[in-house]
Amino acid sequence: MSLVVPTMAEKMAKGEVPDILFWVGCSGSFDDRAKKITKALVKILNNCNVDFAVLGAEESCTGDPAKRAGNEFTFQMQAMMNIQVLDGYEVKKIVTACPHCFNTLKNEYPELGGKYEVIHHTQLIQELINQGQLVIKDGGVFKGKKITFHDPCYLGRANDVYEAPRSLIEKLDSELVEMKRCKTKGLCCGAGGAQMFKEAEKGNKEINIERTEEALELQPDIIATGCPFCNTMMTDGVKNFEKEGSVQVLDVAELIATAADL
Amino acid sequence: MISSIVFGVLLIGAFGFFSWNVLKVRNNIRLGRDIDRNDKKSERIKIMTLVALGQKKMFTRPVPALLHLMIYGAFMLTQVELIEIFIDGLSGSHRFFKEALGGFYTFVISFIEVLSLLALVATIVFLSRRNLIKVPRLVMSEMKGWPKMDANMILFMELVLVTCIFTMNGADEVMHLAATGESYGFAVSSTLGPLLFDGMSVDSLHILERIGWWGHILMVFAFMNYLPYSKHFHIFLAFPNTFYSNLEKKGKFTNMESVTNEVKLMMDPTADPFAAPPEGATEPQRFGAKDVTDLTWKNLMDSYTCTECGRCTSSCPANITGKLLSPRKIMMDTRDRLEEVGENRWKHGKDYDDGKSLLGDYITEEELWACTSCNACVQECPVNIDPLSIIIDLRRYLVMEESKVPTELTGMLTNIENNGAPWQFSPTDRLNWANED
Repeated sequence: MSLVVPTMAEKMAKGEVPDILFWVGCSGSFDDRAKKITKALVKILNNCNVDFAVLGAEESCTGDPAKRAGNEFTFQMQAMMNIQVLDGYEVKKIVTACPHCFNTLKNEYPELGGKYEVIHHTQLIQELINQGQLVIKDGGVFKGKKITFHDPCYLGRANDVYEAPRSLIEKLDSELVEMKRCKTKGLCCGAGGAQMFKEAEKGNKEINIERTEEALELQPDIIATGCPFCNTMMTDGVKNFEKEGSVQVLDVAELIATAADL
Repeated sequence: MISSIVFGVLLIGAFGFFSWNVLKVRNNIRLGRDIDRNDKKSERIKIMTLVALGQKKMFTRPVPALLHLMIYGAFMLTQVELIEIFIDGLSGSHRFFKEALGGFYTFVISFIEVLSLLALVATIVFLSRRNLIKVPRLVMSEMKGWPKMDANMILFMELVLVTCIFTMNGADEVMHLAATGESYGFAVSSTLGPLLFDGMSVDSLHILERIGWWGHILMVFAFMNYLPYSKHFHIFLAFPNTFYSNLEKKGKFTNMESVTNEVKLMMDPTADPFAAPPEGATEPQRFGAKDVTDLTWKNLMDSYTCTECGRCTSSCPANITGKLLSPRKIMMDTRDRLEEVGENRWKHGKDYDDGKSLLGDYITEEELWACTSCNACVQECPVNIDPLSIIIDLRRYLVMEESKVPTELTGMLTNIENNGAPWQFSPTDRLNWANED
């Protein structure tokens, strides 16, 4: 099944305004691993006939890494340009699969004039399932698998979203096992605050190794996340322990798309 | 009579000196930049009630929470006893309320004694956690020297306070028994007193009782006046500090309005770049923070509220993996520097510059760049201190005023500016994924 990905420009040319904008984000657009998450989400959106569009070439970095790195100028330049584009298309509601984009769009754009309803993709998928638009039969291929969920900081502590991703995993008829440091106590993967783009400072361990170690202690089949950066960090961690043959790192959207046989 | 005068002078002196020091702390906190934290009063009161009064966040770690509750309970509730001590001290009476209150008096004193006994147990456990068991978060590098001494001093003072209460009541019990043949019937001292002091002469007992009474009240005065110099000041500041909590989502970083104005100018094609600033415009403030006076008053209140428990540091991913950053040290440095700045202003006038700053002399760049902004420290703090906002404000100064950015981040920032992504990809390729297999 090929993906149907309309752009806002195409929609506008037809005189249409979609219900929701899918903000893909830089990682979801350019990173090979994250692109798979993007496509999984689009499969779900297509399957449920969600009236959405993307910005395509008109999308630009939200400015999150610049702001976390202390460069408010670059952040605000990005934010204001993006707000002009979003307002130009009269965007009201945004979904994104990246908690960093989610946090920035939701919390930091309003003061610069960009006021939108912003939700994380796990929240949208939860809605679709609750409304009966998406059905997972008998948990699908993940039935009985042991899954642990790594809380992305910018989804969990930063925005208090803990239940949406877990409720989706519970739909899979799998065994959700929690790490000791989960939810409000979740340990960072090490990528936030612009760390993704630099070497870590001197220490005695990498943060993603510490976190992966904790996840692997549970002997899971799958480490689930809801953030492309966490995904990279945990995937690297699993490779470090040479467990990539037995432990998969997957986004919740991928779990659901696969379970629903999309 | 003389003892009443001595007591009165001590009482006034103790409260006077305490008030003077509290004012000093208040003045130091007011050196911070202004922010508005007076909105949503009912929500603020609710947070203060739950977090400060109700100790809600302590209970994520049940063992220390329970021990802390034992001391907190004693501290909050046994203060009623001070009313009688003040009256007895000033008027020369002995157990002023005993006659009037009768059985209720016995209950109140017994209640105080039970709470004090629990506090005694907790204090001993706390001392051993610090000095014998050496709980990791309590013995880290920033806790060496004065902070260790400070913590032990407080616990020692609590030991003395409780010991004095039991000495006073115990000796009094034995005297009362000898004189009237009746026991006071207090929960702890009516058993403990005869056990320890039975057979002593009335004179010795009387001296013991006075040592207990004076020792206790002198320790109360000393404790009170030690607080503003100590990390233990959290017992007061926890309340305003939680009241003035950040009510926004933790992920939201503050918007820098000074930057907004400039960015708007840059993006406005009709703006005159040479226009004079409008009448009454204030001097543009420094971008970010270099010293404590660039931080907000809430950041500064945070630093005085910190009791150095280290829950932040023990949950910090950077610290856990051996990096230099410790959120607790950020708070301790902020307070130390603020005390220094306050002292300088006091001694040399408000324009004095000692050539030092929080950034550089106290907190290093390496610490700042280790932060992942994960908010674990903010989440953990039992009194809603926010070390992250200080870290970010110091980063902002480094980046925007001094252009001191780690090399790899310079690349990331250039990419965002040039091609709208932190990596070097062409913006025209953004939608390629939709057509790839």
